[in-house]
Amino acid sequence: MLSSLGSGGGKTAKPSFVSYVTPEEIKSEKEPYKKENQPDLLPGEVVFCSACPVLKYSQDDMSQRGVFGTLLCTNFRVSFVSDEVQVEETCKLFKNKLYGENDIPLACVDNIYGGYEDKKKLITGGLLKNKYPSKIIVHCKDLRVFQFSLTYSKEEDAKKLCFTGVLDHNNVVMKTYLRSSSIDNNAVCFVEMQRKERTMLFDCLEDWTQDMKRTKGNCRLVTENSSFELSQKLPQFFIVPLNVTDEDLVKFQGNGLPMWCWSHHSGCALFKTASLPLMLTAVAHNHLYSVKTEDLSDTLPTIQDIQLSYNKFKQFFLIDNTTEFWMSDMKWFSSLENCGWLDMIRQCLLKAVEVVECLEKENTNVLIMEESGSDLCCVISSLVQLMLDPHYRTLLGFQSLVQKEWVAGGHAFLDRSNQLHLKEKVESQSPVFLLFLECVWQLHQQHGPAFQFSETYLTVLSDSVHVPVFATFLFNNDSHRANVLRAESPSSQRGPLNCPSVWDWSVQFDCRAQDLFTNPLYAQKTKQDRSQRKSHRPKHQRQLSLPSSAFKTPTKKGFFKDEADSLKKILGVKRISRWMLSPSSDFPPMSSIKEFYETWQAKPLDYHGMLLPCLDGPSIRVWMQRYLRWIHDVQILGGGPVAVLSKVSELLAEVQELRSELDRHARTVTSNHRGAIRTRAKTAPENLARSSVRLSSSFPFVTSRNWSFKPAIPTSMLQSLMMSEVAGDLASREDDGSEPETVV
Amino acid sequence: MEKSGSIDSLGSKQSSSRQPSVDSLSSTSTSRSDRSSHAAKPPLAVFSDNVSTSTEFSPELRGRTKAVVKVLRDANKEEPQLLPKEHVQDMAKDVTYICPYIGALRGTLTVTNYRLFFKCTDREPVFVLDLPLGVVSRVEKIGGASSRGEVSYGLVCKDIRNLRFAHKQMEDSLRKSIFEVLMKFAFPVSNGLPIFAFEYGQVYPENGWKVYDAQAEYKRQGLPNESWRITKVNDHYELCDTYPSTLVVPVNISDEELKRVAAFRAKGRIPVLSWIHPESQATVTRCSQPMVGVNGKRSKDDEKYLQAIMDANAQSHKLFIFDARPSVNAAANKMKGGGYESEDAYQNAELVFLDIHNIHVMRESLRKLKEVVYPNIEESHWLSNLESTHWLEHIKLILAGALRIADKVESGKTSVVVHCSDGWDRTAQLTSLAMLMLDGHYRTIRGFQVLLEKEWLSFGHRFQLRIGHGDKNHTDADRSPVFLQFIDCVWQMTRQFPAAFEFNEYFLVTTLDHLYSCLFGTFLCNSEQQRVKEEVPKKTVSLWAYINSQLEEFTNPLYVNYSNHVLFPVVSMRHLELWVGYYIRWNPRMRPQEPVHQRYKELLAKRAELQKRVEELQREVTNRSASSERAGSPTRSITPVQTFV
Repeated sequence: MLSSLGSGGGKTAKPSFVSYVTPEEIKSEKEPYKKENQPDLLPGEVVFCSACPVLKYSQDDMSQRGVFGTLLCTNFRVSFVSDEVQVEETCKLFKNKLYGENDIPLACVDNIYGGYEDKKKLITGGLLKNKYPSKIIVHCKDLRVFQFSLTYSKEEDAKKLCFTGVLDHNNVVMKTYLRSSSIDNNAVCFVEMQRKERTMLFDCLEDWTQDMKRTKGNCRLVTENSSFELSQKLPQFFIVPLNVTDEDLVKFQGNGLPMWCWSHHSGCALFKTASLPLMLTAVAHNHLYSVKTEDLSDTLPTIQDIQLSYNKFKQFFLIDNTTEFWMSDMKWFSSLENCGWLDMIRQCLLKAVEVVECLEKENTNVLIMEESGSDLCCVISSLVQLMLDPHYRTLLGFQSLVQKEWVAGGHAFLDRSNQLHLKEKVESQSPVFLLFLECVWQLHQQHGPAFQFSETYLTVLSDSVHVPVFATFLFNNDSHRANVLRAESPSSQRGPLNCPSVWDWSVQFDCRAQDLFTNPLYAQKTKQDRSQRKSHRPKHQRQLSLPSSAFKTPTKKGFFKDEADSLKKILGVKRISRWMLSPSSDFPPMSSIKEFYETWQAKPLDYHGMLLPCLDGPSIRVWMQRYLRWIHDVQILGGGPVAVLSKVSELLAEVQELRSELDRHARTVTSNHRGAIRTRAKTAPENLARSSVRLSSSFPFVTSRNWSFKPAIPTSMLQSLMMSEVAGDLASREDDGSEPETVV
Repeated sequence: MEKSGSIDSLGSKQSSSRQPSVDSLSSTSTSRSDRSSHAAKPPLAVFSDNVSTSTEFSPELRGRTKAVVKVLRDANKEEPQLLPKEHVQDMAKDVTYICPYIGALRGTLTVTNYRLFFKCTDREPVFVLDLPLGVVSRVEKIGGASSRGEVSYGLVCKDIRNLRFAHKQMEDSLRKSIFEVLMKFAFPVSNGLPIFAFEYGQVYPENGWKVYDAQAEYKRQGLPNESWRITKVNDHYELCDTYPSTLVVPVNISDEELKRVAAFRAKGRIPVLSWIHPESQATVTRCSQPMVGVNGKRSKDDEKYLQAIMDANAQSHKLFIFDARPSVNAAANKMKGGGYESEDAYQNAELVFLDIHNIHVMRESLRKLKEVVYPNIEESHWLSNLESTHWLEHIKLILAGALRIADKVESGKTSVVVHCSDGWDRTAQLTSLAMLMLDGHYRTIRGFQVLLEKEWLSFGHRFQLRIGHGDKNHTDADRSPVFLQFIDCVWQMTRQFPAAFEFNEYFLVTTLDHLYSCLFGTFLCNSEQQRVKEEVPKKTVSLWAYINSQLEEFTNPLYVNYSNHVLFPVVSMRHLELWVGYYIRWNPRMRPQEPVHQRYKELLAKRAELQKRVEELQREVTNRSASSERAGSPTRSITPVQTFV
């Protein structure tokens, strides 16, 4: 609850971490720093180098002012420690326990630029050997921008160390697995909640069984890969159509296996596969002998496209100075369009709606495929499930979904985020998971009350990808995870290495901060609703005739021929109703999608039913909280979504207070005791609403305490561009149209 | 066929499984359509087209037994429910309305002296289009008779839509086409007919004309005081016929001097006070451009006058003059005798140009915007198309100008003078927006009405010319969406500060709808003098009478009344967006959603219900037992996070 988050950090025990970095691995390490100017290091964290004094420019100021302090580089982060006595940070309710506002986890460093006189150059290892810049600018993956001046620091060595530290030691990170041996037990509220209903990690048989049972799927659970005997690429456990035989599993080595994602209540299901769909019949058998296949690479952008587009997009928010910002403001909309990022979001959502239509309206099985089977397949399959299944719109459900589709699904988090900044991996770097979160955010902003988690939750999750502590995001797949964790644990002394999961939110935030992860607007399903919900299994007429046109042998992929021929034989017997190997043409056409959306829109909106996004131009927006939170000039002081949320939270607290009062009464009435009747106690916790005047649109990420309340006034106001461009004579006309041509 | 069959089955299936939540949602979510389906309430007419399409598309209306019944009942009638003094002028059967979203619809078209009413009963649900004639900007015959013997008419509307009708060529050539009748009543001014507002005789509980009383408003601001006085010099509009009768001027300037200042200001619009800061005494004053001319004429009286304005504020020894225009235009005005204050003549004054373009540029911008948003949006180039209209850029400049004014007054404690050329378009936008930022009173519903009455209506924004009420001359260069821009700016502010305004989006949309509808007298005429002369307050109903008779519809449930809280909106493009709920509201796919408001209203209802139950129980408990025994129930900690509603 927002309003319960007032002041006071609430002393909670820090989780203790154990490092698995052996001392030998850290060569540059000298005697431990005895200076006071040192951040609270995590267990196992070691300082490599430092420079002092360094001036950190305050970003919200053009005047080149800043704060002096020490810049350090450890094996976990780059950290700036101010010389100034820290102001008592009582109001800092949203503090990350792993890193502070002046810390940058090394994996979160996106690019480092050197400021040479007036130029700004990207720093690479080679460049540094010649000339040291007087200023460095660090762009972070969570879109923070830091500017440090090195002109004041005394030793050249310090600079050098600092750079080599930042640049070269990134790869140390990988070896710095931190283990939380004792998860913060004080974070009771969340842990307790998790005990009741936990996030399913899909690393064990039960989770898969349970999820299949929940969706009433009827497929085959494969356990043969529990020690990766079948394939290194496949998850330990997974589900395939019932008809897939043991021989199939062995024969194809996991290639082209249709992996079950989710079952629709009608019985049809969504499957995904890497590369070639070799077992279509098996999929078709799952329900009503119909299947639609969709090669996502036909219509969706490649991972390189995604990376390129995001690289352009993020530049709009990595602001070095205010003038630049206001200049770019002029062409904001067209730049936004040109980078194509919003369009990619739209395409993904559209594809997901297409799949939803097949499942929901036509009740056919759907098999989505792509080369890797773990990038866009993950995006689309998880979006489809979010749209169709309200369970995944709860906090734990969502986390389970990410575990199922992304973590167990083998999304190559390590390669895609390239946390190690490896040159050879640059090609495979791509923010696919972020693209998914963007799509989720779009759904969230269109249908807020359908989601139990908040926008802030999504933003924090997108940041956590770049905190190299969580097992969730450090590996490419299950076997990679198992191998690394096994290899890295010195078996003699300690048990198996156990990285925390990102879902252990208490590792990063105390439980009051975690309250901000829930959406106060969430319309929770009442028990009534639940009981009345029936499972509908409408009868379907089997279509017995097989359209001959649908039987084309694929021309594109010749090697399919044999398979297809043999399939034809089977089909003759099994009477598969629809069969499409060139699916893009047969996938619901645009007009059908439109109709599907409009039919849905015409019905009363049920937040616990199917949700479809509106995809028209103005509906796809920029995720303001994530992208604008650090930019001072666009903070709406006293406004923004927090103004609404705090109001809602306040009301919710009142409702709950009343409810508990009712309970109390109910008890006293039945037991014929007279309760201590109090008029509605004004115990409403510290009121965010009342203080929301002082909060800004970037809540909870930036507190406005240091900010002046001066408004940001655009620096380039003159519309010379427009003047010449727009019908020039109109601009110079007199307001009272009598004599238009008098003045120039 | 198969397709639609499956949709239907899908529908029935879903509705049965969704029933419970449908019920819980409908009460709030349908409020708008519900409100509009009350044909008895007059002003709804404007919204009715929206309703009719919502009958078609809206998620809200289906499954609502009440609404369905309503539609069925109405279905028996071809005619609209008429307002008092509204009369049917013509009626034609078998007219086709070519809806850009649904397609061709055949039905009956009725024209009254107030509205156009089209109804198609062939389909389920019934389709209704209900449009006040004041909204029509132009009627044109499209092409000749087609092969099917039909003639086609296009209606260009002031509210960002175009309507197209077709009907059979009249066999009896003597009979007038219904569209000729329509043209007569759509443009009453051009045809020597009265505007409908003068006939409309609805009685409301409140007299909306009493909302604004200049004396009371100045009194609220603490005026007159030791530095500012209220003058009667313009009582009969002699000093300036476009200004209100009540003016606030510096104490030490006599009425005689005012007259000399008036001679130096365009149209006699001298600097007068709009707003005074309750603490610093810094003021917002407004006027027209000085008549400097090519020769750089000066006026000692005007210079003294501005000095007096500055001296009235002890906090600052500087005065800011904000010229709303681009400097080029301001300079060009010298050719026509106008211009701007030179800093030589006005010492201690600093002149700032705000680069806001003139009414012609704005008109052109809106025309482009309409092309981009109506009827359909081109998805792939939406953003660049939007940018090419420059609409939001203009919005940004206006807001930025107002922000600078508010900042100077609030942070700089400095008095400001605002003008453009005549001081009734851009100046009105700037002063009213700055006042909205500075003074929370104007963010209440009644306060906002006062703001409009004061800064726009009494100070002579030329509504008649800018809107062209009842005038068929649609190409008139005096028309311009200046007021629409202002409301758009207000909407942008409500987006950024969702809890700071007492009114909601529907209030703003309704205000704009009645800007054109000609049902109320509020936006008629060009100045206070004209309204007095035409006896508008006596002969017509004020829009505020209607609004204030059902405030709940227009109230923002999230409103928090922060006293003395200044709002500084962010004027970056990053935070400006196109007002979909107004410009794209005709597109059924873009139906605006207000989940937060709905949810909040649900919560409010829940709270009310719980409060009632608690009270009941309390009564029960006190009645039942007198035996006092403390219940051992500790105060239950509120479990956060979950909402069990």
